[in-house]
Amino acid sequence: MTTRLLPALLFLLFLGVPFLPGVPSFWITLADYAGIASIVALGLVVLTGYGGMTSFGQATFMGCGAYVSALLTTGAGLSPWLSLPAALLASGAAALALGAVTLRLSGHYLALATIAWAVSLYYLAGNLDLLGRNDGLSGIPPLRIGGLLLTGSREYFVVVWVAVAVAVLLTLNLLDSRVGRAIRALRGGAAAAASFGVHLPRTRILAFTYAAVLAGLAGWLYAHMQRSVNPTPFGLNASIEYLLMAVVGGAGSVWGALLGATLVTVVNDQLQSLLPRLLGQQGNYETVVFGALLVLVLQTAPDGLWPRLRRLFPPARPRRVGANAAPLRARTLSSTPGLPVLSAAGLRKAFGGLVAVNDMGLHLDAREIVGLIGPNGAGKSTTFNLLTGVARPDAGQVHVLGRDVTGLRPPGVARLGIARSFQHVKLVPGMSVLENVALGAHLRGTAGPISALLRLDRAEEARLFAEARRQIARVGLKEHADKPGDSLALGQQRLVEIARALCLDPILLLLDEPAAGLRHAEKADLAALLRRLRRDGVTVLLVEHDMEFVMRLADRLVVMEFGAKLAEGDPAAIRANPAVVEAYLGAAA
Amino acid sequence: MLEVEDLHVSYGGIGAVHGVSLSVGPGQIVTVIGPNGAGKTTLLNAVMGVHPGRGRVRFGGQDVGRLGVEGRVRAGMGLVPEKRELFSTLTVEDNLRLGGFRHRGAGRAAARGALDEVYALFPRLLERRRQHAGTLSGGERQMLAMGRALMARPDLLMLDEPSLGLAPLIVREVFGIIAGLRASGCAILLVEQNARAALQVADHGYVLETGRVALDGPSAGLAGDARVIETYLGIGTE
Amino acid sequence: MDADIALILLQDGVVNGAIYALLALSLVLVFAVTRVILIPQGEIVAYGALTYAALDEGRLPGSVWLLGALGAGAFLAGLLAERRVLSPGGVSRLAAETLAIPALVAATALLLAPRKPGVAVDALLTLAIVTPMAPYLYRLAFQPLAEASVLTLLIVSIGVHLVLLGLGLVFFGPEGYRAPGFSDTRFELGSLLIPGQAVWIVGCTLALIAALYLFFEHTLAGKALRATAVNRLGARLVGIATALSGRIAFLLAGLIGTLSGILIAPLTTVYYDSGFLIGLKGFVAAIIGGLVSYPVAALAAVLVGCVESLSSFYASAFKEVIVFTVIIPVLLWRSLRSTAEEE
Repeated sequence: MTTRLLPALLFLLFLGVPFLPGVPSFWITLADYAGIASIVALGLVVLTGYGGMTSFGQATFMGCGAYVSALLTTGAGLSPWLSLPAALLASGAAALALGAVTLRLSGHYLALATIAWAVSLYYLAGNLDLLGRNDGLSGIPPLRIGGLLLTGSREYFVVVWVAVAVAVLLTLNLLDSRVGRAIRALRGGAAAAASFGVHLPRTRILAFTYAAVLAGLAGWLYAHMQRSVNPTPFGLNASIEYLLMAVVGGAGSVWGALLGATLVTVVNDQLQSLLPRLLGQQGNYETVVFGALLVLVLQTAPDGLWPRLRRLFPPARPRRVGANAAPLRARTLSSTPGLPVLSAAGLRKAFGGLVAVNDMGLHLDAREIVGLIGPNGAGKSTTFNLLTGVARPDAGQVHVLGRDVTGLRPPGVARLGIARSFQHVKLVPGMSVLENVALGAHLRGTAGPISALLRLDRAEEARLFAEARRQIARVGLKEHADKPGDSLALGQQRLVEIARALCLDPILLLLDEPAAGLRHAEKADLAALLRRLRRDGVTVLLVEHDMEFVMRLADRLVVMEFGAKLAEGDPAAIRANPAVVEAYLGAAA
Repeated sequence: MLEVEDLHVSYGGIGAVHGVSLSVGPGQIVTVIGPNGAGKTTLLNAVMGVHPGRGRVRFGGQDVGRLGVEGRVRAGMGLVPEKRELFSTLTVEDNLRLGGFRHRGAGRAAARGALDEVYALFPRLLERRRQHAGTLSGGERQMLAMGRALMARPDLLMLDEPSLGLAPLIVREVFGIIAGLRASGCAILLVEQNARAALQVADHGYVLETGRVALDGPSAGLAGDARVIETYLGIGTE
Repeated sequence: MDADIALILLQDGVVNGAIYALLALSLVLVFAVTRVILIPQGEIVAYGALTYAALDEGRLPGSVWLLGALGAGAFLAGLLAERRVLSPGGVSRLAAETLAIPALVAATALLLAPRKPGVAVDALLTLAIVTPMAPYLYRLAFQPLAEASVLTLLIVSIGVHLVLLGLGLVFFGPEGYRAPGFSDTRFELGSLLIPGQAVWIVGCTLALIAALYLFFEHTLAGKALRATAVNRLGARLVGIATALSGRIAFLLAGLIGTLSGILIAPLTTVYYDSGFLIGLKGFVAAIIGGLVSYPVAALAAVLVGCVESLSSFYASAFKEVIVFTVIIPVLLWRSLRSTAEEE
């Protein structure tokens, strides 16, 4: 318990700092601003650092919270404590609305869209009578607890930094959860996450809304500290400044956000008073310094300052979650040998004028290992994508266990119990092997964002991690479980992908070149593993170029050429097939 | 011609190269074979300057370690990368013309001459000259990539998996052209998974395993080596 | 609204749209070659307009000193970046590009500025002062990050925008300026009186579009730039220095941005911070063109100009709100059409 008690005690001491005699109120006010900025930057950590979405609109959401609280308290005479939920709700709702329109956009398009509506809403606020046009709204009541008015910067320090602490705790909880792993997978592992049942648009909007609600909280704090609002602190430049804080501190960690916000706030203030005195002239020198700083940090420390600071301390020990948790419920599917698991007929897919797959058919029976082979560009990968919902066929049907599932998206395919690995390994950068594998069990958990924020998901998390550890052990990577996924050799990363796929509790496993990059002994282990899986009732379809491996392992081979099936049969028959020898194996085979 | 000494490339752990030395003489065909992920592509990329590496790379007596990719192209090195890296939205002929970018000051006639030579070597490209590179088939793309590299008239041509994904018939054609290039005096460093074909055409071979040279020697000798036969050439039927 | 007003608004829209089209083209060009979303293009426009206005008044524009400072910065950045491969010849080429040019330009400006040499010389001098800033900025800010993601480059771009905005205030002051046009003649077309400046603007835009088309379709250098845009590694492998391609793209963008500034200076009062909004409207058009299509971007720019002139007639207070909201349905339409590519 001491690990929790110590930070709490330190935090209480920190809250008492402003009341020490001799602490200048100027610095306390600055600390208040830094705290408010920290909350906005925390949202950016979730959104940009982990979710990979860049927003130039966080100040807009802050303004949303500030204006709503200002209107409700000045117009309707509401208590600020009652307008707080309204402010949070308003910024969340604004994020939902704007997100619904713009979150479909990828990468820089999203960033540009946020610029567009940030500018647009800024001018809107400056021209609406309701919002007091460019003069804004004033006479906002201060916060009070009973008879105690929180008007001084010392009292407000406590309010702000308690809010920061709450925001940090909630954010840490969110990131360390089933939903949090989905958010973290958005950056660099989105395709993999989708194929394990993560609903990407919903996850994006969740991260976006969470960041906006934090900004709304910051806006509320700002409004009742300043006691007046106008459009300027919520314009595009302010949003850029928040992004700068996240980038300078390091958007990959909550502590980076706090560091960046504090640093930028203090430096900004010092520059504003120092530079004009130094240069003896009017001007926005701090803008110049900030801009240059932003460029320099990205050139020299693209991950921000926090990771560099972090290196000075010993690394944290990995936690042992789910060591003895009850097992997850497994699928109860009859997998009688010979039962048709998947059948596809007449599949066709063209890209532009190029027909990648043409009238391709395939059937897989339960407890069967089938190899899909053929020259590069024969359409094997496209066939894989059509079966897993990554691409939609132009014609043809796919049936799984007798059900027509043509055109289902990857999460839907995952729900059917179909798991896959990728030709180009797709592990989430920065996640441990364990977390990567746990992502595979996404559909076997149910905890949502609220239970994640409030830590009501611990029992389920333990079960998910226990399952992940079991599957990691199954593929023989037990001692690597707590290492970063991307630190493993390529062959081992392929095994991690297989463990992740097994976490789905699949009936059908689709493996794209699982043996590529494996050494001889590792290939033998992999073959043994796949045979065990077959015995346990899993059906396997694999694309493979290693003929020796696939010929020894597969019950049946399907050969593709020019987007269509060239031949099908047991390995001996394929080896003897003259058409296959001519097109693929070569005359010498 | 090319001398690589104690080259190290760390590349995210995968396909790294640890202390590789090799050399290619003038007009020689040298091949590097080895399993997937052994570091063959990384090795070529480091020699060409695409990835940074530690160690010494000398070309034609000159230390090219400090030169960027463009500098090494100017020095007379050429690479046909595994992924071809063609200009897909430009026409076949524009791709070839840009291949001769190194000699852009040499005048129209020289450029025309180089173009005609490449078309003579790959008549298929002449038929397709107005087509966008992105619409070519796998074999044609490989020919265009080789043609584009030859437009620079390199003294050393490095080929990364030229047979990858090609039908056996086309593979034979490509290897025929590689053998023919030797006659023109161009040295060749060939990275191949198709060890049989590579050893047939090469003078000398290196076997790369997990980033280190495991074996090297004249190709004929390697092709008869028990270890190579077992691991790369397959036993009996294969 | 009667037909006459509609025509006037339309004319306004087309003229403004032509400027946005120029900007959109330069933004598409820079993005295609370097993947940089050039937010500071707006500042280049403002610098162009303010430099031109200062020369017109016979003052030496502050941007001359800024050019020198950026050139010196680019020189140092160049030395730092190429410290391992620089030969004496390389250093002198670098010095000629980054030190001699600003010195020469400054000397010319010092000599000519007080003599009020007329609009044509003013315009040329403005081009010489402001255009080279763009490639210097490329060397300073973007070249070291050539392999970074589009998003990182966008944030760097925002940083450069902030720097130029702040420097704009330092070198030009807070006052706004207006400059005389190239032509005071007015052409009568039915009921419409078309000012000569409008003809200049539309004419320059069309001429530049034609020149860019010829450059990219019919010269090896143009094709090399396109090749860099299509496949950077492929370009390097045929010996195209991608850093040089980047500087050329920025040079062209600088030229177009400065020219746009000279063209709008007679239409509206330009302040040091006016460029941002003008640039953003070019962006709206460039984004509608998906940052890849030149003709669509140019057409979209004219559309943006017309939307702007119509909304300034009906609801002038909400002009910016309307223009920047227009982009959202367009973005939606684009994102619905392009199935999100993951890699």
